[in-house]
Amino acid sequence: MPMTISDIRRGLVNRQFSSVEITRDYLDRIASHNPVLNCFISVTEDLALQQAATADAVLARGPGELLTGVPLAHKDLFCTDGVKTSCGSRMLDNFIAPYDATVVERIRDAGAVMLGKTNMDEFAMGSSNENSWYGCVANPWNTAHVPGGSSGGSAASVAAGLAPAATGTDTGGSIRQPAALCGVTGIKPTYGRVSRYGMIAFASSLDQGGPIARSAADCALLLQAMAGFDSRDSTSSEIAVDEYSANLEQSIEGLRIGLPKEYFTEGLDSRLASVIETAIDELRKLGAEICEISLPNTGLSIPTYYVVAMAECSSNLSRFDGVRFGHRCADPIDLEDLYKRSRGEGFGAEVKRRILIGTYALSAGYYDAYYLKAQQLRRMIKDDFQKAFDSVDLILGPTTPEVAFKIGAKTDDPVSMYLQDIYTISLNLAGLPGMSLPVGFVDGLPVGMQLIGNYFDEARLLQTAHRYQQVSDWHLQIPEAFS
Amino acid sequence: MTLKSDDVRSIAHLARLYIEEDKIDDYVEDLSSILALVDEMNQVDSHEVKPLSNPLDASQRLRADEVTEGNQRDKFQQIAPDVAAGLYRVPRVIE
Repeated sequence: MPMTISDIRRGLVNRQFSSVEITRDYLDRIASHNPVLNCFISVTEDLALQQAATADAVLARGPGELLTGVPLAHKDLFCTDGVKTSCGSRMLDNFIAPYDATVVERIRDAGAVMLGKTNMDEFAMGSSNENSWYGCVANPWNTAHVPGGSSGGSAASVAAGLAPAATGTDTGGSIRQPAALCGVTGIKPTYGRVSRYGMIAFASSLDQGGPIARSAADCALLLQAMAGFDSRDSTSSEIAVDEYSANLEQSIEGLRIGLPKEYFTEGLDSRLASVIETAIDELRKLGAEICEISLPNTGLSIPTYYVVAMAECSSNLSRFDGVRFGHRCADPIDLEDLYKRSRGEGFGAEVKRRILIGTYALSAGYYDAYYLKAQQLRRMIKDDFQKAFDSVDLILGPTTPEVAFKIGAKTDDPVSMYLQDIYTISLNLAGLPGMSLPVGFVDGLPVGMQLIGNYFDEARLLQTAHRYQQVSDWHLQIPEAFS
Repeated sequence: MTLKSDDVRSIAHLARLYIEEDKIDDYVEDLSSILALVDEMNQVDSHEVKPLSNPLDASQRLRADEVTEGNQRDKFQQIAPDVAAGLYRVPRVIE
């Protein structure tokens, strides 16, 4: 402990342990550490042991599918049939999903066992997991610090070995930023690569699901199970899915990597910059060619992102009205009172702020000044990346401007929290894939490096990260309290 | 762009969102600082740029208008706050 998916699969296939045994081990670890870390909103113990027993029956006959017998956790934003799906919100505290998300269905069909549902910022809105109705998650490297967000429970559970891997979603950095802050590896695929069906919507043109795991090789396995066309998601891509594990071992000799000069400025903690410089040197030794590039509209990505995300959130969250599911206020006097109080009680402060800004930006007379303007800047940001990819294969930079901050340090100032997302949100605006991998420590807290790929080039991201992980051991570090 | 407390009240009404009176000032401050951040967009002239709504510039895929799901009313009503005779109950709307 902690083990990778590949370790577990090897152990299962070689009969070193059964799926029930390894699942039991993880459930025990969750029981002992979750009271401190608060990674899980729901632990589905009975279901997990039942699925593990089924997996053992399959394993008795042969190796099974890609993930047969491997215990995993799902972010509590993916609908799970018959299991509470809260999205970190009081609004859905009583919501038992009546169907499975495509991601959940595919991972189950690949043979995995579900351990439970992980904590998150309410409706995925946050960068610290402090916006959860179920309380903040602690960072396993220092429990006084945040794990990042919004997939904070997923990242912290993987870092502490409470699950070998977990699903996450990323609307502005919600896979990559918590992966960076918890010292694990996570990938946000190209928009349209992973089905959004059954993923509770935050901002539909930005949302994308992906894996968080202990290594790039494990991310490749899990993404393989998750990715692919789904007719139930109207923005799902029909482009064929690569074999992500096939080319992991190939050399990156001659790979052209661009460093955006706008990412290495005074906004970046200089200690993180030097950790990342060291990782860049390792990639150079592996044969990569490093050059400077420019993404001139980087500074515009935060205002642009927050207009697009809040406008889409205000529209998406209008479905929570207290009528057919979710929280309903007591004794409503009329329909308007039912709507207003159910929503006022069901949503937390950050969700309310975003609904209000989004409603304002989309209201009569302001649409052109805000939403339309943001969509124009969105194209300029996308065009910057497209131009850069004419001359490089990958783009590299920090995932976050600083390491995990203390719980409570930024809760009074929403804007300072938004600035944490400066390096991650432009990818969501452009729809590009990106991943974060651990490359060192500052003040005993992990530093993440971000790799950005061209559209549907996840295989190259995973290969580059894997090659780096073969010559480094940052991804193998385990926080002492959880070793 | 600075908002006033009446602006926050009217936006909250449009969003059908109850905000406690004693929280209005906090929202005025937070929303105004978010809008100040958003106003940075105006540093750039973009009037000739075509708006981008789908990041891949893709259009919505259409499908045949066919029934693909069975009736699951009982299952869906199990999670509803208030139902009667297969209907969803809300306060009286029509007098």
